[in-house]
Amino acid sequence: MKGYLGIDVGSVSTNLVFLNEGGIVREAIYLRTQGQPIATVQKGLKELNGRLPDGVKVRGAGVTGSGRHLTGVLVGADTVKNEITAHAVASLLLVPGVQTILEIGGQDSKIIILRNGVVTDFAMNTVCAAGTGSFLDQQAARLNIPIEQFGEIALQAESPVRIAGRCAVFAESDMIHKQQMGCGLPDILAGLCEALVRNYLNNVGKGKEILAPVVFQGGVAANVGMAKAFEKALELPVTVPAHFDVMGAVGAALLAREAVARTGVSRFKGFSVADSLFKTGSFECSGCPNMCEVVEVAEQGSVIARWGDRCGKWSEDVGKKEKIS
Amino acid sequence: MRATFPHMGNLYIPLRAMLQYLDVDVVVPPPSSKRTLNLGVKHGPEFACMPLKLNLGNFIEAREMGADTIIMAGGCGPCRFGYYAQIEHAILKDIGCDMQLIVLEPPEKNISELIIKIKKITGRRSWWQVIQAIRFGYQKALAVDELERKVFQVRPREARAGASERAFSEALKLIDNAASPGEMAEARKKAGAIMAGVACKPSGPLVRIAVIGEIYTLLEPFANNRLERHLGLLGAEVDRSLYLSEWVNDHLLFGLVKGLRSSKETCASASPYLCHFVGGHGQETVGSAVNYARAGYDGIIQVYPFTCMPEIVAQSILPGVGSDYDIPILTLIMDEHTGEAGLQTRLEAFIDLLARRKETREVICK
Repeated sequence: MKGYLGIDVGSVSTNLVFLNEGGIVREAIYLRTQGQPIATVQKGLKELNGRLPDGVKVRGAGVTGSGRHLTGVLVGADTVKNEITAHAVASLLLVPGVQTILEIGGQDSKIIILRNGVVTDFAMNTVCAAGTGSFLDQQAARLNIPIEQFGEIALQAESPVRIAGRCAVFAESDMIHKQQMGCGLPDILAGLCEALVRNYLNNVGKGKEILAPVVFQGGVAANVGMAKAFEKALELPVTVPAHFDVMGAVGAALLAREAVARTGVSRFKGFSVADSLFKTGSFECSGCPNMCEVVEVAEQGSVIARWGDRCGKWSEDVGKKEKIS
Repeated sequence: MRATFPHMGNLYIPLRAMLQYLDVDVVVPPPSSKRTLNLGVKHGPEFACMPLKLNLGNFIEAREMGADTIIMAGGCGPCRFGYYAQIEHAILKDIGCDMQLIVLEPPEKNISELIIKIKKITGRRSWWQVIQAIRFGYQKALAVDELERKVFQVRPREARAGASERAFSEALKLIDNAASPGEMAEARKKAGAIMAGVACKPSGPLVRIAVIGEIYTLLEPFANNRLERHLGLLGAEVDRSLYLSEWVNDHLLFGLVKGLRSSKETCASASPYLCHFVGGHGQETVGSAVNYARAGYDGIIQVYPFTCMPEIVAQSILPGVGSDYDIPILTLIMDEHTGEAGLQTRLEAFIDLLARRKETREVICK
């Protein structure tokens, strides 16, 4: 079997997928990043290699997500692309004709507007992370319910309570207040879902024309309570695609397929990188008042990449600077 | 008197020239850095916008270098910036940095108000000399702007990574070092030659992006996470809705110099979307968006510091401009966060989107 590898390293989850040449998802792995992107990617690669049949050939590798630059250097990626492009590409493949993508991940949320198969507009949360996966995680932990059951419980609500959604801090104090007043857990959770959807539509979706088909993806799409709240607020059906939680990785693999079609050869280092010893570190350069924080990645003791310096004196020192795009 | 002033991009170059021409002892604070921000955040009120915190940090760092007098711009109107000089002065006093404060405010009626304030700084220098000093500073502002426009062109086309940046800082230094008006022509020529000497790779038409928004975050690279540089390196040609010389002309020289883009014209373009002054540069932001859309730019990016009221007003109006002129507009809000991953992601995606649109549009045109 031949195919393409896609890796999406996000704040909360790290996802790996393997697509066959026809663009069908053959394997998908969803892992928690837990603040250790390198170890998690290595673990994922090992697991993926184990699941794939022997003699499988990786014809190209693409990476995306907030950890994409680091991972790109690690695995030898053919494309290093932002999540917005990756999500749009994946959605177009899995849900043909999609016009609106609602995506909520661990730390950011975005809306992507497509018309005739082309991204025409997008927005992303800027200063506020209220309403993203991390906040839901945190609230689930506080209420001592597994995050996987959050949505199911919310669906049992009879009359969702009103919770302030603009700010995570306000939302939390509102929730605590309502809980101490004796409101039921399902009603509080459903209320929270509605508040987050309200915040999302007012903040991220502000001024955008949301047309069907609407796709809801990203880790938070696992939460059926959120999907239902979206349908209620938009008065439109909302599709959660089969691979909603690994869409970024699917997109990265598709982009890798495009890139390799252009270049002809892949730079993928092979699954053996799972066993390499990577070390990262950072230091503050004292060469000038900018005091840049320089990050350094070493593989088996030799530095393979550096970034973070404004003048380029450190990054250019490691051979050719990886062009970030 | 050892005078200092807050940083705002390359403002230090014309300001230092102007003051040194008048034999004022000038202390230029170190460029805004994480330390500056940390000092400002520590002593400034949490709810103030980032420019206040950076100003404050600049003053504390200048004080460490021996400055005892602050020269600062003021303002009037709904933006709280007008009050910042006083607030900052009070905070400095509280933390034991007793410094004298001179606020240069946009003249309410005519330019003489400003000249009187400047006389306060310059003592017994003749008015003629003061006017010459302003001219000298203004010349430097023009030269700096010329270089900035050039670097916007060169950055996306540079053949060697980092070459344009090195040339730019070298050229800026030449302008900064010109000690008298007589040396300016030569410095300008040399600086221009340095910029022209950057090797460029051949390229087709690039994506053109206009950066608009609040003045401080527009002009200070530390405050906007070097937005223009990121855009350039991602392959976009940039223009900015505001340059130093334009601002100086509009606000300090009362529009004396003709032939520059003026804020009055920009505001006129804001109609019918926003027909009133809303403080700061809110109306200019809307007007610039209209102007750039008409000029055929591919996309627009609005930047402003978190909680900036005039720009929030503008932001809520911009989607209308965007849909009327069919131009994508991205808003970036700047605050203390220095992690660049998020910014990089948004810019990359925005440029992807613009490039795709440009391609499809060109296909249709053919």
